[in-house]
Amino acid sequence: MESKQSVMILAEIRSQQVHDLTWEMLTWGRKLADKLGVQVDCVVLGIEQGNFQELIHWGADRVLAVTNGRPDGILATPAARLLVEIIRAEQPGIVIAPATTFGRTIMPITAARLATGLTADCTELDIDPKDNLLLQTRPAIGGNIMATIKTARTKPQMATVRPRSIKPDGFDHTRQGEVMIKQYDTANAWPETLLSFRHNEENDINLENADLVVAGGKGMKSKENYQQLEELAVLLGAGLGATRDAVEAGWAPFARQVGLTGKTVSPKVYIAAGVSGKIQHLAGILTSEYIIAINEDADSQIFKVADLGIIGDAPTVVTQLIQALKDLKTDGKEH
Amino acid sequence: MKIIVLIKQVPGTANTRMNPETGVMIRDAGETILNPLDEHAVTEAVMIKKKHPGTEVIALTMGPPSAQKVLREACARGADRGILLSDKAFGGSDTLVTSRVLAAAIRKIGDTNLILAGEKATDGETGQTGPMTAALLDMPVLTFVHRLEVNDMHIIARRMVEDGIEEIKADLPALVTVVKDINNPPLPTIKGYILAKKQKFPVWGPVDLALEDGTMGLKGSPTRVVKIFTPKLSRQTTFYTADTKEQLPGAAEAIIKVLKSRSLTEKGDRYGV
Repeated sequence: MESKQSVMILAEIRSQQVHDLTWEMLTWGRKLADKLGVQVDCVVLGIEQGNFQELIHWGADRVLAVTNGRPDGILATPAARLLVEIIRAEQPGIVIAPATTFGRTIMPITAARLATGLTADCTELDIDPKDNLLLQTRPAIGGNIMATIKTARTKPQMATVRPRSIKPDGFDHTRQGEVMIKQYDTANAWPETLLSFRHNEENDINLENADLVVAGGKGMKSKENYQQLEELAVLLGAGLGATRDAVEAGWAPFARQVGLTGKTVSPKVYIAAGVSGKIQHLAGILTSEYIIAINEDADSQIFKVADLGIIGDAPTVVTQLIQALKDLKTDGKEH
Repeated sequence: MKIIVLIKQVPGTANTRMNPETGVMIRDAGETILNPLDEHAVTEAVMIKKKHPGTEVIALTMGPPSAQKVLREACARGADRGILLSDKAFGGSDTLVTSRVLAAAIRKIGDTNLILAGEKATDGETGQTGPMTAALLDMPVLTFVHRLEVNDMHIIARRMVEDGIEEIKADLPALVTVVKDINNPPLPTIKGYILAKKQKFPVWGPVDLALEDGTMGLKGSPTRVVKIFTPKLSRQTTFYTADTKEQLPGAAEAIIKVLKSRSLTEKGDRYGV
């Protein structure tokens, strides 16, 4: 094959391990690479060992494990140095990374060092058939419109991609690929040291992985009403989310915010109670399998993405739903 | 110690418009404010100054002439002075070019120990300008910081990442981007406003920063908005009306039917950790 510029995807690393989010990145990578007829390189920064075969099964033609031989090689500055080195060596046409605290730190450092463009937080990637350039689409201006961005004059074309913007797809345990370990010396600059790491407590249902999410917006009308959703979430074992408006009103902590600036969810069912459906919020829920919306305004934008729409006062409907679920459980016990 | 705070003027409401021809945001319309996270960055700088007497806090922004308003606000909040980077040639800059201009200004200011910025701005929401500026200045960058301890030679910062809190020590000079949890910005005092009102802010352009034609603005930016659109949102929606008491049970039943069909009415171990 001619030296065609590959699609390079950056594996998400958490606690010195490849995170499952990488499968989504590989799904994007495969989609783009197949349109261009090029290979997918998966770059793993800072670790030499892991289940790299799995990354090949998920779509990588090559896994490039890039290290500097240091245990804390994944801190942003040294990791970005490694990424710059591997990009210079491999000359990919496209580099994509998850829009996480990891990707959103390393990618801008890398893009600046390479003097190329970077688009943040894309929710859609495609190839323009006219010029084979990467079409990077992201919600813009508070999320009320979408903008498609191109990096026409510099290479590589770089983008960070929202987690959960695609369903992992294309796993093939017969796919063959190559694993390469590359070491670069980045010892000349070592300005950062990791002192400690404290894991989050796991007392809350992880919103991002929940199969069922209940979320409330301004249409819940008060903090007390919003707290009803907590009862509903506990009853259903659901993750509890909120819109930016609800968070700004002080009804819920930022950790519950779903949307462009908060978390992206991908449940089997998403229940939006009193949510108007600003694009900023929709950006975080569009990969949900089924969306139930409860809103008193029949023209509300949330209904455009809903599979089931309940036109009515959200707090009242939620109260009714809680009661009906409680009745259901009592009935169940009687039989 | 010399601290520079990177700040940005952003639209106060969600009414920003975009020029559909060029894809560039129109920033002259409507009320503008200091980017909320930058308020936290200014507050943090002023708090460091209180602990380290002799510290100078400089607010730096790139924007239209009207952006001196946010410099004034930063000074009202305790910054010692402000510098405005403004020129027609800067218009339409993407994050890389904005960082290029900021980095040139920081080099011109000279001898900076610490640079602070909000993690992202509410208009672009990219969070890229901080790390890019640090990279162009060849200094370490610590993002998503919610606790900061500053000594003469180094900083210790706690970063909020997805699965926990990372504590990192970095040599100075360094750039830190902060999140909301780092502090509670107090309201500016009347005395602060009176002092800030007297401030004159120097305006630096391409010549002051020795930036060449073609490296700035829309022309110098590697990324270009090629299309803007309102997304088509359409699913086949089944509607129920729940306006009256009589209609409520039917609506609840419809929801429960969906949950039941997907085995979601009973709590299980179906959620991940």
